[in-house]
Amino acid sequence: MKIVVCIKQVPGTNEVKIDPETNTIIRENVPAIINPFDTYAIEEAVRIREEIGGEVIAITMGIPGAKDMLKEAISLRIDKGILLTDRKFAGADTLATSYTLSKGIEKAGEFDLIICGKQATDGDTAQVGPSLARNLGIAYATDISKIIEIKKDSIKCLKITDDGYEEIEIKLPALITVVKEINMPKLPSIKSMKVAEKSEIEVLTFHSSGADESRTGLKGSPTQVRKTFVPVHEVKNEMIEGTAEEKATKLSEILIKLKGVD
Amino acid sequence: MASINIIEDKCVGCRRCVAACPFNAIEIIDKKAHIGEKCNLCGSCVESCKFNAIDFQRDEVKIGDLSIYQGIWVFAEQRYGQLKTVSLELLGKARELAKTINVKVTAVLLGHKVEPLSKELVAYGADEVLMVDEEWLNDFNDHIYGETMVNLIEEYKPEIVLIGATAKGRSLAPHISSTIRTGLTADCTSLSMDVEKRLLVQTRPAFGGNLMAEIICPNNRPQMATVRPKVFKPLEADYNRQGKIIKLKKEPIEGSVKLIKNIDNAEGINLSDANIIVGVGRGIGSERNIRLAQELADALGGTLGSSRPVVDIGWLPYSRQVGQTGKTVAPKIYIACGISGAIQHLAGLADIETVIAINSDPEAPIFKIANYGIVGDVREILPLLTEKIRESKK
Ligand SMILES: Cc1cc2nc3c(=O)[nH]c(=O)nc-3n(C[C@H](O)[C@H](O)[C@H](O)COP(=O)(O)OP(=O)(O)OC[C@H]3O[C@@H](n4cnc5c(N)ncnc54)[C@H](O)[C@@H]3O)c2cc1C
Ligand SMILES: Nc1ncnc2c1ncn2[C@@H]1O[C@H](COP(=O)(O)O)[C@@H](O)[C@H]1O
Repeated sequence: MKIVVCIKQVPGTNEVKIDPETNTIIRENVPAIINPFDTYAIEEAVRIREEIGGEVIAITMGIPGAKDMLKEAISLRIDKGILLTDRKFAGADTLATSYTLSKGIEKAGEFDLIICGKQATDGDTAQVGPSLARNLGIAYATDISKIIEIKKDSIKCLKITDDGYEEIEIKLPALITVVKEINMPKLPSIKSMKVAEKSEIEVLTFHSSGADESRTGLKGSPTQVRKTFVPVHEVKNEMIEGTAEEKATKLSEILIKLKGVD
Repeated sequence: MASINIIEDKCVGCRRCVAACPFNAIEIIDKKAHIGEKCNLCGSCVESCKFNAIDFQRDEVKIGDLSIYQGIWVFAEQRYGQLKTVSLELLGKARELAKTINVKVTAVLLGHKVEPLSKELVAYGADEVLMVDEEWLNDFNDHIYGETMVNLIEEYKPEIVLIGATAKGRSLAPHISSTIRTGLTADCTSLSMDVEKRLLVQTRPAFGGNLMAEIICPNNRPQMATVRPKVFKPLEADYNRQGKIIKLKKEPIEGSVKLIKNIDNAEGINLSDANIIVGVGRGIGSERNIRLAQELADALGGTLGSSRPVVDIGWLPYSRQVGQTGKTVAPKIYIACGISGAIQHLAGLADIETVIAINSDPEAPIFKIANYGIVGDVREILPLLTEKIRESKK
C-alpha cells in the first residue's frame, strides 16, 4: 500500500510572551517541531506498511528549513520526504495550502491512502485534510481513532464524534485525519537516525510542482488576515481563604450564583 | 506576485515589527529591519510600523460580480431529529448581522423526517428555511451533505454561510468551501459586519488562543465561517414568528464513506456542549478518586473532563481529554482539580467565563488564569464542595 502523510512544522510551544512596552508578541528562539497530531499520522502509516508492506512518503509545504523536519520523519521510519518550498507559496491559507499539497502529491504518483493530523497546533483549523481530499477528488473522513481492518480497496475505521464513535467503511483511495488515540508513536532508533542523516529530501519548487500561480500563496488565498492582536484577559483573580470547610462553603456559594445566571 | 519590503530610508530599527510578527521572520541587521524566509505575508508588521517603512503589495485579483450573492445562511445541524444548540445560537447572530445589511436569514435543514424542526428554526430567527428531507440524508455524511450544500449555494448564492464548529461542522465546512473555492475561517469566536465594504469580519484564536486574528474574505463568495458553540446566545424562541418554508426535491448523491454503526457514549454527554466541566488532573491521585470529581459534576449537572496524563494512565478515556491534543471546550464554568495548568492543557480552554482552580501548590500556573482559586487538597475539598451543592438544592 502506498501511503502519503502530510506533516507540518509548527512552533514548539504556543506560549506567547508579550512585550509589555509595545504590547506585542515576542516569538524569538522558539524551536520548530513536527505538528504533534502529525506524529500519529506518521506512526500509523509506518505501522500499516510494517503490517502489509508498501511505501510511506511524507510531504510538507514550508520554508527550506522544514527539510530538517522531513529528516526527522525519516528517523521515524518513513521512506521518503518531499518538500514543497517557494516564495510563491508563502502566505497560503488552507485552500492554497491544500491545492499546493495536492500538486506535490500528484507528482509523487499513485497512492492508496493519505493520512493527515487532525489539525495543526499553530492554526488549529483542521481544514487542510478535507480540503486536500477535495482537491484530489477523493473521499475523506476526519478524526479517525482506529483502523480496524485494511482491505485492498477499502478500510474500516473508528471515527470520534461529538457523541461517541462511528464505525465507518471508506473506499480507497481516500484521506483520513487522525487523533492521538490511534497509536503511541515510537521513538527513533540509532539505526533510523543514521538513515535519516544520510537521506536526501526531494524538493519541489513552484515550477517543478506544476502549480497554477493564481491558486498558490497569498494570491490563491481567499481569506486575508486583516490584523492580529494579543487578547487581553482581564482575569479577576480571587483566592478563597479559610479552613477547608470554609473554602468549600464559599466556593459552593459562588458556584450556585454563577449557575443561577443561566 | 505579492511582495513585502522594508523601505530602508524610513526604517529606524525600532523593532516594533519584530515584535508584531507572528512568524518570527523579521530581524534587525545594522539598525534596519530585514524580512526573512519565514515571512508568511500576513501583513501584521505593516500596521505596527509607525514610520510607514514597510511596503506591502497584495496582488490584484480579478473580482467577479459579488453583488449577486445575498443573504445569510445558517446550516441547521441536527441529530436524531434534534437541533444542535449552536445552530440556534448562529440564527440569533445571523439576525443581528442581517439587520445591518438588510438581508434575509435562511436556515438550511438537511435530513430525513426533519420537517418539524423547520418551525423551531423560524422561532429562533430564520426568515426562511430551505429544507431537503430525503431518506438518503438520514445519516450525516461529509460528502453527501457537502455536495447538497454546494448545489444549494450555487443555486441560491448566499453571501455568508455560517456553520457550527462541532465535530461534524468542522468536517463538513471545508468540503463546501474548497469545492466552491471560497474562504473559510475556522472556529470563530466573534463575528461582525463591515457594512461599508459588506465584509464579514471574523475573529478567531490562533496559537492555542495566545493570538487573535481578524480574518476577511474580500474577493470570494460566500464568506464562510465555522463558529464555536456557546459564543453567541440564541434569541428567545417566538413561535408566532412567520417564516417561509421551502421544501426542495433533490436527486440522491452517493458517497464513498459508509456508516456501519453509531457507538454513542453511554452517558449521552458531550464535552463540547457542556455548560460546566469538572477537569481532573494528575493531582486527583488515583483512579478511585475520579469518583469525587464525578460526584461534583453530577451535583452541578456538569460533566468530567481531564488533563492528558489522566488519559495516558488510563483513568479516563481519550474522549475526556481537554487540550492541544484533546478537545477544545467552552463551558461557562471550568473547575480544574489537581491540574497544573500546562500551556498544552490551557490551549483547550476557549472563552470560558469562569475558571476555578483547586490545587495544593500555590505556585501552580493554573492560578494565573483562574478567576477563583483554592489552595488545598482536592481529595478533601471535593467531597465538602459536593455536599454543600447538594444541600443547597434541598
Ligand atoms: C505535544 C504535547 C501535547 C500535549 N497535549 C496535551 C493535552 O491535549 N492536554 C493536556 O492536558 N496536556 C497535554 N500535554 C501535557 C501537558 O504538557 C502537561 O504535562 C499536562 O497537562 C499536565 O497534566 P496535569 O496538570 O494533570 O498533571 P501535573 O502537571 O502533574 O499536575 C498535577 C497538579 O496537581 C497538583 N496536585 C497534586 N496533588 C494534589 C492534591 N492532592 N490536591 C490538589 N492538587 C494536587 C499538583 O500541585 C500539580 O499542579 C501535552 C504535552 C505535549 C508535549
Ligand atoms: N503546510 C503543510 N504541509 C503539509 N501538511 C500540512 C500543512 N498544513 C497542514 N497540513 C496537514 O493538515 C493537517 C491539518 O492542518 P490545519 O488544517 O492547518 O489544522 C495537519 O495535521 C497536516 O497533516
